[in-house]
Amino acid sequence: MTDTVAHQVMWNRLISIVEEQAQALVRTAFSTSVREAGDLSAGVYDSEGRMLAQAVTGTPGHVNAMAESVGHFMREIGVARMSPGDVYITNDPWWGTGHLHDITVVTPVFRDKLVGFFACTAHVVDIGGRGFGADGNSVYEEGLRIPIMHFAREGEVNRDLVGIVRANVREAVQVVGDIHALATCNEVGLRRLTAMMEEFALSDLSAIAGFIFENSRRATLERIAALPRRTAANEMVIDGFATPIRLAVTLQIEEERILADYASTSGTDPKGINVPLVYTQAYTCYALKCAVAPEIPNNWASLAPFEVMAPPGSIVNALDPAPVALRHVIGHMLPDTVLGALHEILPDRVPAEGAGALCNFQISLRPVEGANDPGARRAEVLMFNCGGSGARPGLDGMSATAFPSGVMTMPVEAVEQTGPVIIWQKELRPDSGGAGTHRGGLGQNMQIGAADGYRFDFSAMFDRVHHPARGREGGQPGGATRFTLSDGTEMQGKGRQAIPPGARAVLALPGGGGYGPPGERTPEQIRRDLDLGYVSAEAARRDYGYEE
Amino acid sequence: MRNSGLPVCPAEFNLCHNGKGKDPIVSDQTARIGVDIGGTFTDVVLETGAARVSTKVLTTYDAPERAILAGIAEICDQAGIAPGEVGQIIHGTTLATNALIERRGAHTALITTEGFRDVIEMRTESRFEQYDLNLKLPDPLIPRNHRHVLDERMDAEGRVLRAPSPEAIAGLVETIRAGEYESVAIGFLHAYANPAHEQAMRAALTAALPDLSISISSEVSPQMREYERFNTTCANAYVKPQMAAYLGRLTERLAEIGAVAPVFLMHSGGGIIDLDTAAEFPVRLVESGPAGGAIFAADLAARHGLDKVLSFDMGGTTAKICLIKGQAPKTARVFEVARSYRFKKGSGMPISIPVIDMVEIGAGGGSLAGVDAMRQIRVGPESASSEPGPACYGRGGTRPAVTDADLVLGRIDPGNFAGGRIVLSTEAAGEALEAHVAGPLELDRLQAAHGVSEMVDETMANAARVHAVENGEDLAEYTMIAFGGAAPLHAARLCQKLGIGRLLVPSGAGVGSAIGFLRAPASFEATQSTYMRLGTYSQSAAVEVLERLGAEARGFVARCAPGAEIGESRRAFMRYVGQGWEIPVELGPDLSPDALRSGFEAAYAVLFGRVVEGLEIEIASWSVNAIAATPPGIGETSPEQDTAADEHLTREIFDPGIGRKTSARVIARGAVGRAPLSGPAVVVERETATVTPTSFAIHAAQDGTLILTREEPA
Repeated sequence: MTDTVAHQVMWNRLISIVEEQAQALVRTAFSTSVREAGDLSAGVYDSEGRMLAQAVTGTPGHVNAMAESVGHFMREIGVARMSPGDVYITNDPWWGTGHLHDITVVTPVFRDKLVGFFACTAHVVDIGGRGFGADGNSVYEEGLRIPIMHFAREGEVNRDLVGIVRANVREAVQVVGDIHALATCNEVGLRRLTAMMEEFALSDLSAIAGFIFENSRRATLERIAALPRRTAANEMVIDGFATPIRLAVTLQIEEERILADYASTSGTDPKGINVPLVYTQAYTCYALKCAVAPEIPNNWASLAPFEVMAPPGSIVNALDPAPVALRHVIGHMLPDTVLGALHEILPDRVPAEGAGALCNFQISLRPVEGANDPGARRAEVLMFNCGGSGARPGLDGMSATAFPSGVMTMPVEAVEQTGPVIIWQKELRPDSGGAGTHRGGLGQNMQIGAADGYRFDFSAMFDRVHHPARGREGGQPGGATRFTLSDGTEMQGKGRQAIPPGARAVLALPGGGGYGPPGERTPEQIRRDLDLGYVSAEAARRDYGYEE
Repeated sequence: MRNSGLPVCPAEFNLCHNGKGKDPIVSDQTARIGVDIGGTFTDVVLETGAARVSTKVLTTYDAPERAILAGIAEICDQAGIAPGEVGQIIHGTTLATNALIERRGAHTALITTEGFRDVIEMRTESRFEQYDLNLKLPDPLIPRNHRHVLDERMDAEGRVLRAPSPEAIAGLVETIRAGEYESVAIGFLHAYANPAHEQAMRAALTAALPDLSISISSEVSPQMREYERFNTTCANAYVKPQMAAYLGRLTERLAEIGAVAPVFLMHSGGGIIDLDTAAEFPVRLVESGPAGGAIFAADLAARHGLDKVLSFDMGGTTAKICLIKGQAPKTARVFEVARSYRFKKGSGMPISIPVIDMVEIGAGGGSLAGVDAMRQIRVGPESASSEPGPACYGRGGTRPAVTDADLVLGRIDPGNFAGGRIVLSTEAAGEALEAHVAGPLELDRLQAAHGVSEMVDETMANAARVHAVENGEDLAEYTMIAFGGAAPLHAARLCQKLGIGRLLVPSGAGVGSAIGFLRAPASFEATQSTYMRLGTYSQSAAVEVLERLGAEARGFVARCAPGAEIGESRRAFMRYVGQGWEIPVELGPDLSPDALRSGFEAAYAVLFGRVVEGLEIEIASWSVNAIAATPPGIGETSPEQDTAADEHLTREIFDPGIGRKTSARVIARGAVGRAPLSGPAVVVERETATVTPTSFAIHAAQDGTLILTREEPA
């Protein structure tokens, strides 16, 4: 068989193997964030820790973070001390994927010698500390930190570690179950890689790695070479926790790389919304790849030409022990920041600003004081929800759809099976899409209450309360986030807040910005928006000057 | 139209096999007809006791029953019997699927829980393609202005949180009347746990609007997860008036020509339902054609005594792969229809009904090949279809298709394609490969053709592997059954890639689905959600559930096949407490908690490689499948003698297993005999050719099935 064809077959096979690996994780995981929402990633690496292939899952934020992680494991464990049957673990934000809730598990693959690694990451429902939220003042308050260590040594599970995890997290069954699921999914990948190496009589992965890296690098560089050699900057101000945050990026397109520099971005925030650099790199890279090289698979070589710099101690290069639990709220805003700069270089290609961050919340339910029901229990419930995406140069934005994250929301019926919570409303929010030639996607309205006999704390993770998504090229901003109680009391966009017994949390999640002047939207499109109730008659009159 | 009084789980049963004289419904002399309406052709197959005739007529889109009548007239004529002598008609159709894909359904409304008007529009709030900034999401089946809400609410355990007021229900009845809807879907949150509010809404609508077609989620798809359940209910409502009208017309027209036999419908789960049930739950007819193909393969598996089979159906634009274990196709509870984006998962709409679990890949003979930015050969899902067709057809196609590669590799005889009706141009195929693959990659034409063939085979093999992994199966223990026009050309190579040592290519494969309709074994699966934790498990309660389910299942089968020996397999759907997805666990006679625990742990370890210690285990639901012993079926016969190979008839074919060209014998299908003949060989027939590579030997079974077996290297 010609080598070219054989290598192509093997590359395809590796991509298929990591998809199987990810699938195994979804099917064995316990947390809804993994099994329903797909907040996970999986990849295969060569013996030097360079990523060969990664499953396409819901989390661009894991892309580069995972790509780098294996190198830390090689250094900390020591390659010479690795054995078949070993499984390693960490949730260190700076060695893994940016916050304690993501647990990364790495499994070495041996033939006669070490030939590669499988790694995977999943977001677990709880990791102890204050609980998932923005309130920590340092990473120590955010929960249990597991340094890089053995989860299993030559097949024997590290029971001490399992005991420590069990004693420190709120939903021990789910969290320990998820760690096992992570180990299992690597094992699925390992079995399949071993079979592939037997089929093709490979003793190591160096030749196929070389083939993948060479073709990926060349394809990526061709795309970059086709861009204008220019520099452009963009700034975006967002809510932050107590004080607004300025995200500023300068993009520089060179012959063989694109450099993104966050030089004048705000400093570290006192609260847990800071972003370790790996996560900044991931979302910056993701935005650039979407616009420049969308179909080139992620691996060490295709990611290498995208370089990301940020001053140490800035909010996008937060240093240990800064609090980082909600790093996604800021990290999800980076693509809008980057695309805004790219718009200056590549007009008519990128969307307007959108909701950006997922509008997640975690609620902690407990029986009301004085209730004496022996069946009553505490429960932690995490929900992912999406605002609207920005309008595109030729298309409306997507309503209630994640961008840049790609996770799935959990079904309301599945959420209500996990704890005494009642979701009273979850539907589109009319008039929240920014007006424009192309309208921004709609956000959504939600109402959340506790079942009879329960009360809850609400950990909010929302942005765009004071800084809605901006339109582009004359498009108007999307609707801002609102968080109130059912009696109208205004609540904070971020942080843990008690909801009084009997009250509901009322959310209006943000819409995407419009693209192009509203005056150029066709009457047919406006009429359709009115028919479907996406836009009210009053807003049509105000924003588009449209009268029936 | 009946709208009330139906059981929550519709009656559904599989018909008896047409056995040798002991079938109670169908005597040996009575003819049975299978009809499969496909996108291009309507296949009609008639079997009498020992003979089979079949025909393909063009599908008549405006009135599909016309093609059926024409086909039936033709085959009855051929067989020399009157339509009135036909004992049974079993029908499968893609009409429901097409209505969903082409959005040609009824004027339909959805009534749903207040606060959840947009569930079917918001989907999972995710993007099915991560890197496409210009992604277009599929439109919801029912637009927002036709989705109406009722102030009502159940909790997760089915307790009423808010009862709907009679005034609110009456208001909605008026909305539906004023909206002049033909069909209404009702989907309320947690209705799978308590259908009372859905039933109350339906009762009010039926009382006021007796002709209205109504579908409620607690009957159409009583499963947790609102998006899937609501969407399935909407899909059912959307196609229901059309399908009911079509089925009505069909029976009338059949009666007009004297064909008064009972008509049964093949459903997506591989069983057969009666006309009333089909009209009530037409969404269950989606995918009935491919289900027939799987049953066709399952029947062949039974006749050849094969327990583990991978069926591989490859046509012009897609390939379908299905696991068949214990002679029953693997089933699932949810699948996706009308994918809008390169067959991508998530780009269609989920339908949660019992369905034969098939993987569909955009890879067929017409799939087009090219080279992408990474200098990787890519094949499909774009297809050359029949016009202009692959480059070798010489009808203006310039891009290389899989068929072009097959031709250049010597697998197809250019002078004898489709029975000689089309003369293929190897030169045109080579030029297309040169321009789009060989040139850019600096390969020769043969290498390029090999690359295209390898990539399409690899894509299919990967899909089969992923599917096997998801089901914890090791394909090395499997036998492949290949049918469809392009499958025999690629099947042996797929076997090599998957480590499969045995391949069957049945006769009659061109109308496999329609034959499959006639082959559904008598079986019935009864299921029930009865939640138990192993920690507080009651063995007597479990026995009671299983005995009740067993009696119900055996009752259906016994009606279909009185006196037949009925086997029973019992399963529990189990998981660790807190997991989201159950796994099926086969139950033995021992129902002690220890036996269930060890059964679960064994099944879990097979699927996922390890067990989790110290976690509680729960049982979500139970099922009992009763199945009657399948009598041997009819088939063709093959010559008793050795293969009549003409030593001088050979062709150069490229053998990917050895990586070079080799001289292969060319044998007509009818000339293949009982003794194994070592490859390389090409067995030719009218519509296709079976490629036997160097490492395989081929012979024919008594029923005419070609059997390829891997030869161990000496």
